[in-house]
Amino acid sequence: MKNKPEKNKSNIKAMNGGYAMAEALRQIQADVMAVYPITPQTTIIETYAKMKADGKVATEIVHVESEHSAMSATIGASAAGARAVTATSSQGLLYMAELLPVASGLRLPIVMCVSSRAISAPINIHGEHGDVMAVRDLGWIQIFSENVQEAYDDVIIAAKLAETVDLPVMPIMDGFHTSHTTERIEICDDKDIKNFVGKRKAEQSLLDFKNPVSFGPVALQNSYFEFKIDQEGAMQKAKSEYKKICAEYKKISGRRHGLFEEYKLDDADSAIVIMGATSETAKVVVDNLRAKGKKVGLLKINLYRPFPYKEVGRELAHIKKIAVLDRAISFGAYPPLYQDIVSSMQHAGSHKHEIASYIYGLGGRDTLQKDIEKVFDDLEEGEISNKVKYLK
Amino acid sequence: MKFNKETFEIIFFARGGQGAKTASELIAHAAVLEGKYVKAFPFFGPERSGAPTKMFLRVSEEPIRTQEPIIDPDAVVVLDETVIDCQDVVKNLDRHESLIVNSKRTPEEIRKKIPHFEGKIHTIDGNDIALRIAGNSNPNMVLMGQLIKVTEIIKLENAMRIFREVFTPKIGKELTEKTIQAMQAGYDEI
Repeated sequence: MKNKPEKNKSNIKAMNGGYAMAEALRQIQADVMAVYPITPQTTIIETYAKMKADGKVATEIVHVESEHSAMSATIGASAAGARAVTATSSQGLLYMAELLPVASGLRLPIVMCVSSRAISAPINIHGEHGDVMAVRDLGWIQIFSENVQEAYDDVIIAAKLAETVDLPVMPIMDGFHTSHTTERIEICDDKDIKNFVGKRKAEQSLLDFKNPVSFGPVALQNSYFEFKIDQEGAMQKAKSEYKKICAEYKKISGRRHGLFEEYKLDDADSAIVIMGATSETAKVVVDNLRAKGKKVGLLKINLYRPFPYKEVGRELAHIKKIAVLDRAISFGAYPPLYQDIVSSMQHAGSHKHEIASYIYGLGGRDTLQKDIEKVFDDLEEGEISNKVKYLK
Repeated sequence: MKFNKETFEIIFFARGGQGAKTASELIAHAAVLEGKYVKAFPFFGPERSGAPTKMFLRVSEEPIRTQEPIIDPDAVVVLDETVIDCQDVVKNLDRHESLIVNSKRTPEEIRKKIPHFEGKIHTIDGNDIALRIAGNSNPNMVLMGQLIKVTEIIKLENAMRIFREVFTPKIGKELTEKTIQAMQAGYDEI
């Protein structure tokens, strides 16, 4: 017991995003995990199932016959007071859609790992944010990871955040680009994570027979509205709690997380706003253009719901030309992140910004450095209109 | 050619089931053991046993950020030579760089198929070596031994250590040790 937490070499590992999320789930010691496979998420649950078979976790694994049941079982377990988790992608997430607002409306602190993927039709198993964007208004906190290290970190942060604000959280990694890429990552000590997340203390639970309560009652015209306003209040509180938890997590991990990451923005004239795995490639482009003397930068959004409008607006206030890169399409509307950035800039007030919209990487289409260079070229040449452009 | 550039990039061409993924991930694990940074990822196509597959591997002394597929490799490993007939495996592989092919043929015979390639060609009969030493026809570890010899991307002993750690519980001590001998044979045969 007297051993101090040591940063030794054995904490440095090579693993893919699926394995890294499973490793984080092991460390947060979930009580219940409902499992149903779907590409590209299956690496998470199969890794976790192996941990169970090897006796490394005590989690009750519930094999279900669909994602609808996976979310139902997770809701039941969470309402019973358990730390309940699951994982999914794409059609699986959409099949859960009916239950997602039940989880958030009941204020259940579920953690669901998502390996984001395109949605049918036509069928496509590759990376994209279309699935998570389709459910962004259902009351779940959404955190986007850039790489395998962040995928691991975000699951731990998600577990603590969920139980702090009593809301469900989706840590999201890009399907394949993160879930199936093996990278070097640093794992925290089991003991540190155990102390960090603590034990779940449910205020009310179905299994607390001394204090019996009802979950999910009817709420009609006289009260439903208030429930929803309370829920929005919890969501707003999640933003400041997330910041606090990130600061605490830095103390044990040494790694900085926050609402967003600003990359070479201080003296930039133009910038890209982006989320997820392609941020890495875009940072390389920023470095290359900086080497040529161009004043360019990048803002990577980490916490997508609740969206930090005020903070983003302040951060980008001095940037004249902004390009927002969305990995999702919103039919008949501007893409989701673009809309949020336009709102953020309105929030920031005075400045007039030129904001361009680009859609990239649908259905796993490669996004190359030269594609992102083209975006910066457009900004430099003033090729900015209100028309959505496609990087393909 | 040796491990002296900022990021060393390798493409593996194979057919599903030949173990290209295992080989590239083992190198990734061994490189991390040596304190290096890695990115190992498949070409994200449909995975079917027997279909042509591609694996990308980046190794660097510094953190690696780009998520692009590898466009300009420093070395290429071909686990199934018939892939050479249907894909340009030496694209952007220049004359200071190496192609390693699992084949009974000589480098000169392989070169006839890709006359535009000016770099070095190494051939090694991985299937035969694996069959002789380990009693199976999985060429991946033999080719990996050869790749390590040619590129010095990691130390052979670390590749063996990781293989032993990962595979002893899966395939047993005997086959693990034999496969490690096959890796050594692939390393020695140049």
